[in-house]
Amino acid sequence: MTADDSPSVRQMVSFTLEQAGYTVFEAEDGVDALEKMKQVQVDMLLTDLNMPNMNGIELIKKVRGLPQYKFVPIVLLTTESAGDKKLEGKNAGATGWIVKPFQQDKLLAVVKKVLR
Amino acid sequence: MELNNNGFILEAQELLEEVEQVLLELEDNTEDSELINRLFRAFHTLKGAGGMFGFDAISELTHHIETVLDLVRSEQLKVTKELISLSLEIHDALNDLLTAGENGELSEREKKMILHCNQIAGIGAEEDVVKSALTESIKEKVEEADENQLLTYRIRFKPHKTIYESGTHPELLLDELRELGDGAITARGNDIPPMSALDPEKCYLSWDIVLSTDAGRNAIEDIFIFVADDCELSIEVIDEPDEDDTSYKKLGEILVERGDITPEKLEEGLSKSTRIGEILVENKFIEKDALESALLEQHQVRKVREKKSVEKAASTIRVNTEKLDKLVDLVGEMVTNQARLMELAGRSESPELQLLAEESETLVSDLRDETMSIRMVPIGETFRSFKRLVRELSGNLGKKIRLITSGEETELDKTVIDKLKDPLVHIIRNSADHGIEMPEQRINKGKIEEGVISISAEHSGAHVVITIEDDGAGLNIDRIKQKSIERGLINHDDKLSDKEISQMIFAPGFSTAATVSSVSGRGVGMDVVKQNIEALRGTIEVNSEVGLGTAIKLKLPLTLAIIDGLMVSLGDGFFILPLSSVEECVDFTSSVDNHVAGRHLINLRGNAVPFIDLREHLEIKGDRPELEQVVITAIEDKKIGFVVDDVIGSRQTVIKSLGPIMKKSENVSGATILGDGTVALILDVQKLV
Repeated sequence: MTADDSPSVRQMVSFTLEQAGYTVFEAEDGVDALEKMKQVQVDMLLTDLNMPNMNGIELIKKVRGLPQYKFVPIVLLTTESAGDKKLEGKNAGATGWIVKPFQQDKLLAVVKKVLR
Repeated sequence: MELNNNGFILEAQELLEEVEQVLLELEDNTEDSELINRLFRAFHTLKGAGGMFGFDAISELTHHIETVLDLVRSEQLKVTKELISLSLEIHDALNDLLTAGENGELSEREKKMILHCNQIAGIGAEEDVVKSALTESIKEKVEEADENQLLTYRIRFKPHKTIYESGTHPELLLDELRELGDGAITARGNDIPPMSALDPEKCYLSWDIVLSTDAGRNAIEDIFIFVADDCELSIEVIDEPDEDDTSYKKLGEILVERGDITPEKLEEGLSKSTRIGEILVENKFIEKDALESALLEQHQVRKVREKKSVEKAASTIRVNTEKLDKLVDLVGEMVTNQARLMELAGRSESPELQLLAEESETLVSDLRDETMSIRMVPIGETFRSFKRLVRELSGNLGKKIRLITSGEETELDKTVIDKLKDPLVHIIRNSADHGIEMPEQRINKGKIEEGVISISAEHSGAHVVITIEDDGAGLNIDRIKQKSIERGLINHDDKLSDKEISQMIFAPGFSTAATVSSVSGRGVGMDVVKQNIEALRGTIEVNSEVGLGTAIKLKLPLTLAIIDGLMVSLGDGFFILPLSSVEECVDFTSSVDNHVAGRHLINLRGNAVPFIDLREHLEIKGDRPELEQVVITAIEDKKIGFVVDDVIGSRQTVIKSLGPIMKKSENVSGATILGDGTVALILDVQKLV
């Protein structure tokens, strides 16, 4: 699942991961992502920080609260100026992070790192 | 479907429209937090997406206005008319950048907008740390050193019990480690509680890994980047390429080093004879898996070392240096003989003889080159002994110092290397003692705890350049200046540049160490080093930056005994100039002599080149010929001309050293015997200048 309010970022993520053989679901904010994840079990969540209606940190906390997502890898997309966000993300339950802007191969490397 | 940036362009246009709209509304409602948030988020998205699709200029510009808006969001700044105008300016600039396409660059106007943003935000000029060439050079060397050598690491990874809760799968990390190289992984299960107390959602395992890889420490640390705060991790180098002994540490040593057992308990176990490992386990001094893990480490390192020693033993043969010296002498005589033969052949009428003499010349030249190269030894061995030295020094001084070497394959004449050893050791000791700071000081200065001394060697033309750098405190220019004044070497009001002051360390009897330590600082140091280097016809230079480090550069000629020389005549005598420094020869017409501030200058194709009149300088007797020649040489990037009577030609010159009387002569570095038996003096070009 990729949650990001920018359609072009979502497009890039989908394109990159689908080429690598993954199936990607898209959501434009936290609320949308949470709903979809309740209906379909996904193996990994990739979420932006700043989204309307429910931001990334909130989303992570809520997702970790669902029993079926207790141990699923979650990666936070963060900008380099927000160093403290990495910590906040980890405290909320994130597995790791990718710094924006990122290239396609970086995305693939991180997914491979955290997902079996 | 190809990934293109049309999607991004569309989105960016929408975002920019949003920005404009919000800004106009914001003018009348400067406190409206919802508007502020929308504005922030629009710029934020633009920044992130921009970077990903190659619009770096957009990303950069947006970054700065985003920073300002972040401060507005957290109510540290207010929305002012100035800010709105600036934002609108930026909005327009972004539209331009968008139309311009990917890989655009920021214009001067746009850079000013960034400065304006920083000003509003109260940020000083960009905090780019001024990277000195010195620290960059050392950093590069550290990275290279790590990445190209096969090192063996001992890694201990103990995740916190709750690590699964962050969605981490430790086994994936182990897989990543396996990809880096060859090694052994042992799981440590001693913390696993009995079934009744076992919580399946907690991690009780830890792992010991022994890994041989050339990927470098950074690659290993990167693997653990996400879990760094959720585990105990230690990475140590336990084997380096220069250790020759294939046997590695004893099992007991390994266990003590790892902290699995205390030295006392080890002693107790040892006193019971037979296999130490089993005894320790039996007596419950260590855990069984600690033993297995340590054994694997021992095995792994032994394996790596054995492989290396097999490779090294390849095909070499030891030769007695006396035999070599004799060979070189004989070759030298042959070269001299050859010169006489060439002269005779030149004067003879027989074409057969001339042909034969020329062939002989080629053979002798090749023989000379090969013989000289036999005496050439890679400097790597000397570097290896330094590693041990530095390790001892760091222990004695209580500092953390690491020696990095590069250019080990660089070959030098054996005699040169032997004579270099002492000066190099002294320089390294200085670096360790006075250069590298104590670990706490380094941390306070924002440096990493472990100091780095780097020694490198490389060929440069007919020379070998050896550089010793450190990332320590640099030369204390003020202290040196003070001491120089105290020693009467300079006057109080002399205006000297920092570089000139740093040269004072080469003055005899100089030492600024407050206490003479046993390591260095006895004051017989750098001046003796300089003398030793100059005795090898080399040069030494020091470069330092306060707080950042020091670099000492030695330049040495490749061979002592035979050089290619240019023979010139002056009066009745013949002289040799080293061919490697010579660039060209031109006719000297005295009408072009310009006396400018006492210096003679000639016009060389439009450039003014200073020259030295050797007749004057060397006080040659006799009349000047009508036509003179100037030999243009290049010394350290500067061109200097030498006026001579006539340029005869190039000669292979066997250097014979002068007796002790002549040794004091500044201008002459040696002599050679010409084909007809006369002696020509070899001029020391650098000293002449």
